[in-house]
Amino acid sequence: MTLASYDPRVLKSNAPVPGAPDNWKRFFSFNTDAKVIGIQYITVAIFFLLIGGLLAMIMRGELITPENDLVDRTVYNGLYTMHGTIMLFMFIFPVLNGLNNLLIPTMIGAPDMAFPRLNAVAFWLVPIFGVILISSFLLPGGPANSGWWSYPPVSTQNPLGNLVSGEGMWLTAVALSGVSSIMGAVNFVTTIIRMRAPGMTFFRMPIFIWTAWAAQSLQLIGLPALTGGAIMLLFDLVVGTSFFQPEGGGDPVLYQHFFWFYSHPAVYVIILPVFGIFSELFSAHSRKPLFGYAFVALASFAIVFLGLIVWVHHFFPSGVPEWMRNLFMVTTMLISVPTGVKVFAWLATIWGGKLRLNTPMLFSLGGLFNFVFAGVTGIMLATVPIDIHVNNTYFVVGHFHYVIYGAAVMGIYAAIYHWFPKFTGRMYYEGLGKLHFFLTFIGTNLNFFPMHPLGLMGMPRRVSSYDPEFTFWNVVASLGSFLLGVSIIPFLINMISSWVRGPQAPQNPWNAIGLEWLLPSPPPAENFEENVPTVISGPYGYGTGKPLVENQSAYENQSLLEA
Amino acid sequence: MNSSSTRINYSALALVSTWTGVLVVFSFWMSRQAYHWLPVQASTAAPLVDGLFSFETALATFVFFGVISVMAWVVIFNRAEKYDMSDAEPIEGNTRLEIIWTVIPALIVFGIAFYSVRVNQKLAVLGPMEHIHRGDPIEEVGGFLGDRLPAEQVEVTARQWSWQFNYPAAKVSSTELHLPVDKPVTFRLVSEDVIHGFYVPAFRLKQDIIPGRAINLNLTPTREGRYRLRDSMYSGTWFSTNQADVVVESEAEYNSWLLQAASQPLQPGLSDAVAEYKQRQAEGARGWPTVVPAPAPMVNVPGSNQLPHNG
Repeated sequence: MTLASYDPRVLKSNAPVPGAPDNWKRFFSFNTDAKVIGIQYITVAIFFLLIGGLLAMIMRGELITPENDLVDRTVYNGLYTMHGTIMLFMFIFPVLNGLNNLLIPTMIGAPDMAFPRLNAVAFWLVPIFGVILISSFLLPGGPANSGWWSYPPVSTQNPLGNLVSGEGMWLTAVALSGVSSIMGAVNFVTTIIRMRAPGMTFFRMPIFIWTAWAAQSLQLIGLPALTGGAIMLLFDLVVGTSFFQPEGGGDPVLYQHFFWFYSHPAVYVIILPVFGIFSELFSAHSRKPLFGYAFVALASFAIVFLGLIVWVHHFFPSGVPEWMRNLFMVTTMLISVPTGVKVFAWLATIWGGKLRLNTPMLFSLGGLFNFVFAGVTGIMLATVPIDIHVNNTYFVVGHFHYVIYGAAVMGIYAAIYHWFPKFTGRMYYEGLGKLHFFLTFIGTNLNFFPMHPLGLMGMPRRVSSYDPEFTFWNVVASLGSFLLGVSIIPFLINMISSWVRGPQAPQNPWNAIGLEWLLPSPPPAENFEENVPTVISGPYGYGTGKPLVENQSAYENQSLLEA
Repeated sequence: MNSSSTRINYSALALVSTWTGVLVVFSFWMSRQAYHWLPVQASTAAPLVDGLFSFETALATFVFFGVISVMAWVVIFNRAEKYDMSDAEPIEGNTRLEIIWTVIPALIVFGIAFYSVRVNQKLAVLGPMEHIHRGDPIEEVGGFLGDRLPAEQVEVTARQWSWQFNYPAAKVSSTELHLPVDKPVTFRLVSEDVIHGFYVPAFRLKQDIIPGRAINLNLTPTREGRYRLRDSMYSGTWFSTNQADVVVESEAEYNSWLLQAASQPLQPGLSDAVAEYKQRQAEGARGWPTVVPAPAPMVNVPGSNQLPHNG
């Protein structure tokens, strides 16, 4: 591959070009280009996915037998705490912010984010709090070990009494993560509202933009509660205040409100952009317009509104009065309505389409399959009497992992494959991609389905040993987790080898509609530079023959220009 | 043209109705199966919870397999030919359909919510769980004596990591919970350190125990047997071992157990954590520092947690 085959605008920009000398160095520097930051986020996130996954596999190794025989109980507790924390704060939020960075400016025709320096600062906080979090493994007292909820008083028990404890470092990292995400959210929301291309009205925005906007609004509303709660807990731990300590007149349940006021909406922060990805991909790869665009777009904000008033369903069995149980049960169930609107819209979109079952489409379909399963168990969990039985059991763990791994991570994989050619300028290998899909899909179901019967039987979550009647399903789950560990290998091989020496990607390999597909692959630093197109129609005109922008042919096949 | 499209609609209708019928039958079968996925029913609450679970299993099966059927149909029959680069027919929406699939799920979830609120109310009659007493749990006993039901009363103390059950009327203490069958019992739940969860899967009931409060929990066991009580809220290093057995027995057996227990001298009760901690200290700890387990409580009857249990 020679540099001559690239668009001249790509070469003269500061954006990294595969094959260009020294281009990789840009990814290790303080770069303000959203596309560089996007790839930085995704790469760092996948690194932490590997660490978090490794911790999970050690846990599943412990749980393959009923007795506590692989690691000490204190180690197990540290592992499950750090697994949850790393996966949420170091993997899934950063990887989604990576996609936001790549897709928001290119999809709306903006040259960059509204605040490029703030954007870079938000990213560079990620490795900083990542190092803080991981280095807590080296403390004499070990890392935090009270779960990713960190409920007091168990989280403020500090057996060594040292000022610097794993829990203290955990809280510092979570607070910094909150600050980073708030910075990101301010940037994303501002960019979406202020920097759209001419003609791109709200109802001509791609659904991914709607969902990113909705999700980032949730970050802005919810994160201050969590960050404030984490700082109060840090004070309880380090300087002996008693916000949450009963002996000092504090209330441990108050922390649960602070924590879940954000951390439930956090699930929607994760799943909303994945809904956006599904909407883009189902439409593009079945060659049909998204069914009921306006309903799907508005459903995102219905989910935001309802998502903010369901948090108590996480602690129904706690000290919660009856009226609160009933109220939050109803709001939780209602959230299935806008979610259902989206699912039905996707089904209607693919119905009668011309499906291309490539890797991104397979991951989208698999993600939807898992999401529907998670949805029906979610309704069960919303039902207070059922929740009283299965709350804090493996049923919840199973439901949660179907949402997060089964739907969100599969959707993220779909997005990575779908937009990989656009942002690296290279095609990935379809065969490895499909292998990755089948291993992931089988592994996910093998790992997380058994958790449902275990929970119904009454196996509590977070245990490091269990009664022998739970053995069978635990063995199945452990085998599934090892398969999931294997599934990542073809993904890594594919990504690295394709980026290094994959075939050069055309401008629009999927024949997809969207402003990002009118840019060269990879796009130049300032995207459309001074030639920002004027949008003249909605985002999913598949089969209608309507052009997306004025003078569309001038933007198509750009990479051939210099030839 | 017209007649052929009518004919296609008829066969499609027949196919869809047949398949819907199959799914309905399958969903009904799954709702029967659902009872077997749960532990034995050992309290008055259990049949109510299980009935609701069975009902939702039927709905869940129908919705899940309905959606999967559509996806499977599309994946099998709506794939593009290998070199077909054309687009599909551009159908952008159908407002009537969209309103239908908003309103019908809304009605269904309101239906579920209505059913669940009624079950909640029935459970509340069986044993209200919102009697929460703030302040000093030792002093505050108002409401504990139960203003409606002449219930057996048991004080439950949760610690890192043991369970202690006191029977104030009989002046008996134990680390194994004995209950008479078919008699309402009121628990007064207290924690001495962190949050614990009082969870007996066979009873389908769970209540977090919040330090600094005394929380009442009422229930009625309905089946004799030996069941597990598990700590359901993560409580630190030996959380997993914080289990006790619940023995539900006839009233005569229960009374003779109380009588016998009252005559026994106090002795250390069960605490697997204490035993494991001792072993850990002897072997040299492999892991990180831990909170030291509270000493095993001194009780009349330690009981056992090694016997086979029914759920």
